[in-house]
Amino acid sequence: MAQLLIKNGRVIDPASHHDGVADVWIEDGVIKGVGVSLPTAGSEVFDATGLIVAPGFIDMHVHLREPGFEHAETIESGSRAAAAGGFTSVCPMPNTKPVNDNATVTSYMIEKARRHAVVNVFPIGAITKGSAGEELAAIGSMKQAGAVAISDDGRPVMNARVMRRAMEFARSLGIPVINHCEDLHLSAGGDMHEGAESVRLGLRGIPGCSEDVMVARDILLAEVTGARYHVAHISSRHSVEMVQFAKTRGLAVTAEATPHHLALADRDMKPYDSNYKMKPPLRGSCDVTAVLEGIVNGAIDAIATDHAPHPGSEKMQEFESCPFGILGLETAIGISLEQLVHPGKIGIGRLVELFTTGPARILGLDRGTLAPGAPADVTIFSADHEWTYDVNKSFSKSRNSPFDGKTFKGGPVATVVAGEVVWRG
Amino acid sequence: MAQGLLGIEALSREEIQAILDRAKYFQPREGQSFRKYDLLRDRMVVNLFFETSTRTRTSFEIAAKRLGADSVSITASASSVSKGESLVDTLNTLAAMRPNAIIMRHAASGAPHFLQRYLEIPIINAGDGTHEHPTQALLDARTILDRGAKLEGLRVAIIGDIAHSRVARSNVYLLSKFGANIVLCGPASLLPEALKNIASGVTLTTNMAEAIRDADVIMMLRVQLERQHEPGFSASEYFQFYGLRLEHLKLARPDAIVMHPGPINRGREISSEAADSQRSVILNQVENGISVRMAVLERVMSGKKTDGATAH
Repeated sequence: MAQLLIKNGRVIDPASHHDGVADVWIEDGVIKGVGVSLPTAGSEVFDATGLIVAPGFIDMHVHLREPGFEHAETIESGSRAAAAGGFTSVCPMPNTKPVNDNATVTSYMIEKARRHAVVNVFPIGAITKGSAGEELAAIGSMKQAGAVAISDDGRPVMNARVMRRAMEFARSLGIPVINHCEDLHLSAGGDMHEGAESVRLGLRGIPGCSEDVMVARDILLAEVTGARYHVAHISSRHSVEMVQFAKTRGLAVTAEATPHHLALADRDMKPYDSNYKMKPPLRGSCDVTAVLEGIVNGAIDAIATDHAPHPGSEKMQEFESCPFGILGLETAIGISLEQLVHPGKIGIGRLVELFTTGPARILGLDRGTLAPGAPADVTIFSADHEWTYDVNKSFSKSRNSPFDGKTFKGGPVATVVAGEVVWRG
Repeated sequence: MAQGLLGIEALSREEIQAILDRAKYFQPREGQSFRKYDLLRDRMVVNLFFETSTRTRTSFEIAAKRLGADSVSITASASSVSKGESLVDTLNTLAAMRPNAIIMRHAASGAPHFLQRYLEIPIINAGDGTHEHPTQALLDARTILDRGAKLEGLRVAIIGDIAHSRVARSNVYLLSKFGANIVLCGPASLLPEALKNIASGVTLTTNMAEAIRDADVIMMLRVQLERQHEPGFSASEYFQFYGLRLEHLKLARPDAIVMHPGPINRGREISSEAADSQRSVILNQVENGISVRMAVLERVMSGKKTDGATAH
């Protein structure tokens, strides 16, 4: 029997309200128990003294680029980057080639992951065929094949009637609808947040209202349909307010924020450096403040990276020609500690929630806890050791990160998936 | 690090003044052409234009030749861009031919700034997208100063498609550094509110009469049809509200001048009468383009700083 004992760490398991120094006992890929001074006999022992031991972190928003864009990332390379970032589960978005809009692609991704990935992979299916926004995808069969949610991430559903039908169907299937909120008419051609910086740099703007109008529409549709609705990578202050409003109305509306939207505003970007180009764009400082506040007050339920690898050949172009998106998996914990925990905005317990129970509840995953019988996914991280991110040593196949060379205080130390240590820093 | 000229925003007032002073030195005598120098003998410059341009490219070519430099011009359609080569590779290839500077115009904002990060060779920005057009602002300033005015306290109305204008941005940066009052005017959709935060001394108005009232300088901009990605004004509607006509000039100061970076669209943003009026200095701008670009090329390529006071 494969046994692992993670000794003497500060075990934080929000789901079972546990926070204190303890050992975690794992057997055959399952949590057997959390307790003080558990016997070590016969077990592999991981000394977690001075470290935090948490349920495995879940990144509910990544792009693994397989199938179709394996030059940028594969399920295997992305999963290794996830493990090195402290994540034990990732949810790849369906904007692959072909689009994950049917059970065959979903099954392909799951099978690839079973053979090559070092973390759990829970695909997200498309809302519409080809994510073209017109005809609903094979949502039911994708769910049967293992898809945990639906989204046309990157290609927002512009037609409100299509969105309504998707929500109705998703509700009947018990899965959430995730939307990348961006009114494409308002954002058309934009390359960065619309504001003083875009005007200064002569770049076309993506206004905050392009996000807000779609969040507003979707919240109204969520009320009409009773669907579970989730706002991907929320970035605008009005959107945060509206999600909070929806929650007070008792709607099943949730939201995630990315680490980069916590850490950077438009004025922080290096001019014309495509490592700062993503959607939604880095917003104004008051938006950053609102997103941070949304995490503190609970309007935002999860942190998700929107890990979006692009090869150098695509990112090394004129700014307006570069694709949107940056790497996120390996820097997520470091940035979140820096922006949320070290300044005292939230405690480490709340941080763990944002990476575990938060996404697990949104997606209905039977994970995110160290309760006995749960899958033995464990994230071991430090809240204080200093380390410097070197993107050239990333496990990702791509190198597009604005955080290269940045020194963090605290970050992932080891990642355990189904009882196996899959990465150790 | 290469010392090119990417924009006005990063220049100090002193650096700008030095270029303007040196440009004055290069101005031709009354009735003569530009003098020929050998200040840049043995130097070579490549003109790389990814957007069509007549006046700017010709102006740079003449400036280079008047300084004794060799000048080669390449337009995008004739380059390997059409063969799918990336911009970085194109520039690296040209840099390997060892010119002393590359003059570049590109439709993408920030293209020269992006390239300069990868290239040792100095790049002179001849216009990048809707961002900056530094030599235009320098020649505009030279033209205003030639009228005997000081930039400080001057009221300059810049009118037209501000949102898409690199000329407007470079002029705002330059004039602001010298303490001018800048009134930006255009239809609301082409006049983002945030413009007033990019430099000090900037005010905005959508009312043309308000912009021109008491102005010392009226700078008209071309309607950049090729950069607008949405339905705009009809030509007649635009001209009615934002086209400069002789009657507007009565609102300005008696000695106000009318400027335009060209090419002008008569009847679109400026009436023929206004363009050809005594107030118009449009052709002086073109002429000053050469002397300003001589000063810029010398500054970038001669390896010594221009100093108008001692270079004579």
